[in-house]
Amino acid sequence: MSQLLRISDLHVSVEDLPILNGVDLEIRTGEIHALMGPNGSGKSTLAYALAGHPKYQITGGKVEIDGTDLLALDPNERARLGLFLAFQYPVTIPGVKVADFLRHATTNVRNPNRKEGEGLIAMREFRKELRSRMEELGIEPEFARRYLNDGFSGGEKKRMEILQMAMLKPKFAVLDETDSGLDSDAVRVVSEGLARLAGPEMAVLIITHHERLLEFNKPHRTHVMLAGRIVETGDAALAHELHAHGYGGVRERHPDAAAQEKAALENAVAKTAGDKPAEVAAT
Amino acid sequence: MATDLKSDVGVGDYQYGFHDPTDQYVFKSRKGLDEAIVRQISEMKNEPAWMTEFRLEALKIFFQKPMPTWGGNLADLNFQDIFYFVRASEGQERDWSEVPEDIRKTYDRLGIPEAEKKYLAGVKAQYESEVVYGSLKEDLANKGVIFTDTDSALKDHPELFREYFATIIPSSDNKFAALNSAVWSGGSFIYVPKGVHIDFPLQAYFRINSENMGQFERTLIIVDEGASVHYVEGCTAPTYSSESLHSAVVEIIVKRNARCRYTTIQNWSSNVYNLVTKRAVAYADSVMEWVDGNLGSKLTMKYPAIYLMEPGARGETLSIAFAGKGQHQDAGAKMVHCAPHTSSRIVSKSISKSGGRASYRGLVKVNRDAKECKSNVVCDALILDPTSRSDTYPYIEVEEDQVSIEHEASVSKIAEEQLFYLMSRGLSETEASSMIVTGFIEPLVKELPMEYAVEMNRLIELQMEGSVG
Repeated sequence: MSQLLRISDLHVSVEDLPILNGVDLEIRTGEIHALMGPNGSGKSTLAYALAGHPKYQITGGKVEIDGTDLLALDPNERARLGLFLAFQYPVTIPGVKVADFLRHATTNVRNPNRKEGEGLIAMREFRKELRSRMEELGIEPEFARRYLNDGFSGGEKKRMEILQMAMLKPKFAVLDETDSGLDSDAVRVVSEGLARLAGPEMAVLIITHHERLLEFNKPHRTHVMLAGRIVETGDAALAHELHAHGYGGVRERHPDAAAQEKAALENAVAKTAGDKPAEVAAT
Repeated sequence: MATDLKSDVGVGDYQYGFHDPTDQYVFKSRKGLDEAIVRQISEMKNEPAWMTEFRLEALKIFFQKPMPTWGGNLADLNFQDIFYFVRASEGQERDWSEVPEDIRKTYDRLGIPEAEKKYLAGVKAQYESEVVYGSLKEDLANKGVIFTDTDSALKDHPELFREYFATIIPSSDNKFAALNSAVWSGGSFIYVPKGVHIDFPLQAYFRINSENMGQFERTLIIVDEGASVHYVEGCTAPTYSSESLHSAVVEIIVKRNARCRYTTIQNWSSNVYNLVTKRAVAYADSVMEWVDGNLGSKLTMKYPAIYLMEPGARGETLSIAFAGKGQHQDAGAKMVHCAPHTSSRIVSKSISKSGGRASYRGLVKVNRDAKECKSNVVCDALILDPTSRSDTYPYIEVEEDQVSIEHEASVSKIAEEQLFYLMSRGLSETEASSMIVTGFIEPLVKELPMEYAVEMNRLIELQMEGSVG
């Protein structure tokens, strides 16, 4: 039985600045969707809003997984429901070993009703599984003892995100520019890793500018965002066109959205000039 | 939600049980402190005259010295309202039900073995680990190692004892050292002969302790040339004490090329004033390390010190302090460079939660002519909520210019991005906060013996659970 994530007319602001202006998107487990769009269009904002980041204010719309209201849940409840976000810039957690963190996370996600203080997955069983997943992703075993993301290169951080995905086996995985900043080898490893994980039980929403991840993970659908809305949906061919020719065509086809994008950018620049840090980076 | 460990669960109610003068479980001197009591203590212990004199001198100094005007709030400390000598009767056991419930609950959650629970709770005054200790004892004796309690050492090794006792911390050092010098009882005495390396940590539990429930312990450790030892005392589990004043003294001599590490984790119940004087002297090319964990008590004032006496000596103090509701941890370190080519390092990590207050108070002193010295201090504070507090009082006194002195300090709260990241992986807010806090102290916890490290992390988790809801 496939599950459905439905985003309806979602409006999101960051520090009272509207970023998402009515996003509609549906994705089923077993499907791979690509989400593309120029910088500032709201792609990452959508990802963070889905995950429940406290800075992202929901100002309208709904998000549901099989009818369950996602927006009413804490980030950890969303994770236990099967949502996963692979961050673009994963944060460092000093002093916390990768293995310890993963053991805890895996236990909770596999036992959504677990109460605090209850036992964790048996160590031996966990170690075995972790070792296999790490091997598959070409991650050195000693990484398990390192502190989470502490001193990791960009590529190592991205592979760590995929490792987490491999252990947590989410139903709805959102990958936020997982291919950015990686060399070709690293991208290939990540792509293959993703391909291995994706399947009928998993929906994958790949936020990207490139085709590289999509090579091994051909999208069923491609969505294009502009000025905080999805303006076009196509198939794999659309992703290819955007990668080859950029967003000029999209802007031409959707002049309203293009005008909004321009206005938002000018607004942001004006704010910067007035000594206020621009929020453009948020998208 | 788990009970907040640090809430005062009617300690007053239990006072009745423990302070009953007809209490058959313990011998207690009458309340208060005067010459007669000190003489009584010395007599009960059958001490040589010089020790009795020493105690009486110290008592005079104690009465003369004023209370410190810095540090924590000692206004409620009433010296005359305390029993200064408590000795548990042989074979008597207090009623387990008299121990506060939150303490009993914590023991269960930490999975403390039955016998240990009773010792910690003061239910059973003697913790006998003959089975464990028995075989180790022989091994140590063969090497010429002396490991006994201080009272016995005075009797059995009088010359060695007298040579070093009170040479590092004289009675006049400070008011509480004077107090300890007058009424000390119990503690460890360790002598490690030249070149002997003890591969396993010596633990306070190994020696039978029937005196004074650890109130005024006096520990003396001598590590002779080229030798090494690691001594561990204290316990992460809350140690229930009926007596509210604890004032210990620890003196350590580390001779040339020798090495000593002294690890303490203290988690006294929330009625205790824990005022400790700890000092070591380190000679040529020796290494002295204090690893100090302060989790409990109402107020702790403790600044483990190392005097680097000869070139090549190295000193390190690693300190963790956790101040919960109603607690003040005023802790730190002192490093005094008395010779050139010496180095020191202080790493202090403190956490304040639920209105607790954690202070770092430290001194780095470099005497004139102590050239080419290096010192590095890192003090990091984590404040978990708006009612909690953290202070830093670093003192740096350098009288020599060819030296390298570094001091870094940071104050932070739990970062929202870190919390969100962990929560997005299924951890609840409490679990995520707890993980971040244990990560914060991890560089120090990994220096602890394994069982302590595990217990420490477990205890932090329990503390954190008490903070939400």
